[in-house]
Amino acid sequence: MWIQAWNYLLNHPDKILGWTLQHLYIILVANVAAAIIGILIGIYISGKGREHIAETVIYFASIMMTIPSLALYGILMGILSLLSLPSIGFLPVVIALTLYGLLPIIRNTYAAIREVDPAMIEAGRGMGMSEKQILTKVKLPLAVPIIMAGLRQAVVMNIGIAAIGSYIGAGGLGQPIFRGIANYRTDLILIGAICVSLLSIIVDMIMGRLEWLTTPKGVRIRRNQ
Amino acid sequence: MIKLEHVRKIFTDGTEAVKDLSLEIGEGEFCVFLGPSGCGKTTSMKMINRLIPMTSGKIYIQGVDTMKLNVNELRRGIGYAIQNIGLFPHLTVEQNIATVPMLKNWSRAKQRSRAEELLDLVGMDPGIFIDRYPSELSGGQQQRIGVARSLGADPPILLMDEPFGAIDPITRVNLQDEFLKIQAKIKKTIAFVTHDINEAIKMGDKIVLMKDGELVQYSDPSSLLYTPKNEFVRNFVGADRVLKSLRLHKAKDVMQKPPLLVQIGEAPSRIKERMEKNMLKWAMLVDENEHFLGWITPDDLKESKRIKDIIKPPTVTATLGTPLNEALSMMFNSVIGTLAVLDDKKRLAGVLSFQHMRDVLGQYMDDSKTDTGGIQG
Repeated sequence: MWIQAWNYLLNHPDKILGWTLQHLYIILVANVAAAIIGILIGIYISGKGREHIAETVIYFASIMMTIPSLALYGILMGILSLLSLPSIGFLPVVIALTLYGLLPIIRNTYAAIREVDPAMIEAGRGMGMSEKQILTKVKLPLAVPIIMAGLRQAVVMNIGIAAIGSYIGAGGLGQPIFRGIANYRTDLILIGAICVSLLSIIVDMIMGRLEWLTTPKGVRIRRNQ
Repeated sequence: MIKLEHVRKIFTDGTEAVKDLSLEIGEGEFCVFLGPSGCGKTTSMKMINRLIPMTSGKIYIQGVDTMKLNVNELRRGIGYAIQNIGLFPHLTVEQNIATVPMLKNWSRAKQRSRAEELLDLVGMDPGIFIDRYPSELSGGQQQRIGVARSLGADPPILLMDEPFGAIDPITRVNLQDEFLKIQAKIKKTIAFVTHDINEAIKMGDKIVLMKDGELVQYSDPSSLLYTPKNEFVRNFVGADRVLKSLRLHKAKDVMQKPPLLVQIGEAPSRIKERMEKNMLKWAMLVDENEHFLGWITPDDLKESKRIKDIIKPPTVTATLGTPLNEALSMMFNSVIGTLAVLDDKKRLAGVLSFQHMRDVLGQYMDDSKTDTGGIQG
């Protein structure tokens, strides 16, 4: 079985590369969308006097996470077909992954901004920074590494969930797995599984590096002490 | 100049934090807002730069109604330093100090030269510190940067909210001394909040003592100590207010002329004679340039040695600017119980004794006759 998988790899590198790229493309689109929406929501709900909204938003984002991916795909297929949009393939999978990715991103953005030392905010305000300047010059630079950690969590989690998306025709590395299951081709299952796992590990490492790079130098020094 | 007119603050929960406060802080004056916690001192200060909006009343800065200005422009024109410092950890020392210049769109070069200038002012070497991050500095250094930052765009007015409150006592004293020196140079109009009476007496030209949102006494530190307006002030300044008042006086204000000066060439027998004549148990030895060489006591003269051989170099001496609280503690360390005061060229300028200090301070105590001496409490 391992030898067969190895042979498949040698004979069809183009196919494997194709699935991987498809997989990455889905992840990229979904997580860019999740990042934009999640960070904006996170910034919004971290505003003064919005604690209740924050609680509600994070509650719903957590519920979203508890819905099994296949069920969510099903629900989305129903909604999309009502709107006469493509109900299988790329679109429902990207929407589902975006929804899954929101929670860690919203939660981290919210927590990071709320945790900025109030003394810094008071100092900034007292020196004449506008609320927008406090956000862009103080809160966000300090929050970025924590937001990045949330994004990393979302991306790695979504790489796994995206594999299931192949079931409804989105392509990607789930494809050899499902085809293998249907045809008793363990070599295909193995190829798919190993590739998804490797992808997760590599992307996680890259995101970890990114997290470090976006940490302001002055903050990094503090952590090392 | 800062002027408060009938300023009131009622918080949304109904507490009246400041009740009808009117006062004026003169140009270049160091005004300390003092009082127990919850007295409204911090609220009063924060209404000046509108960090807390006032409920009614008017505040004028250099004659301009603060409500008529854009709030951010107003704050950029007022230096602000707080207890927790609030340095930005992701920015370098330079960027921290130049926060307000940056907000005012100064050029990068001008921001850097201003940061260098201010680092010099607070006694930190720009060559070493300008590109460091706050996390690389000690607490005292961070607070210095906090003070430098509040002076960023050279505002005429400074608001300081217990800026030395969170620092260890030794560093705090150093920072206080240094800040007084800085203030002597820059002469800003300062509103400084503290709950520490000693800090208030040491730092302030004027003290605003508040209680329950009301101004109780607004006066210079010596009036607060010597003529407390009522029982609350008396209790707040404490039974040791005479001791506290010591730091308000400098050695040069109280010292006497040295009663018995002795030159190095004088014969021991003659010195002995002069001591007996003056009924003194000591004489002060000086050289031809009036430099103080030490004390001579009758014991030293017993074994008819030459004066040169019995010189004991003075261990403790005060300078003209030594505050009396320090001078007093030096006296306890001096064998003679009397302290020599030297001028900046190390020449003998005068002498301080317990008895004389008592006499001088007694003059200030207007109510000393009615006071039962602090036993009442």
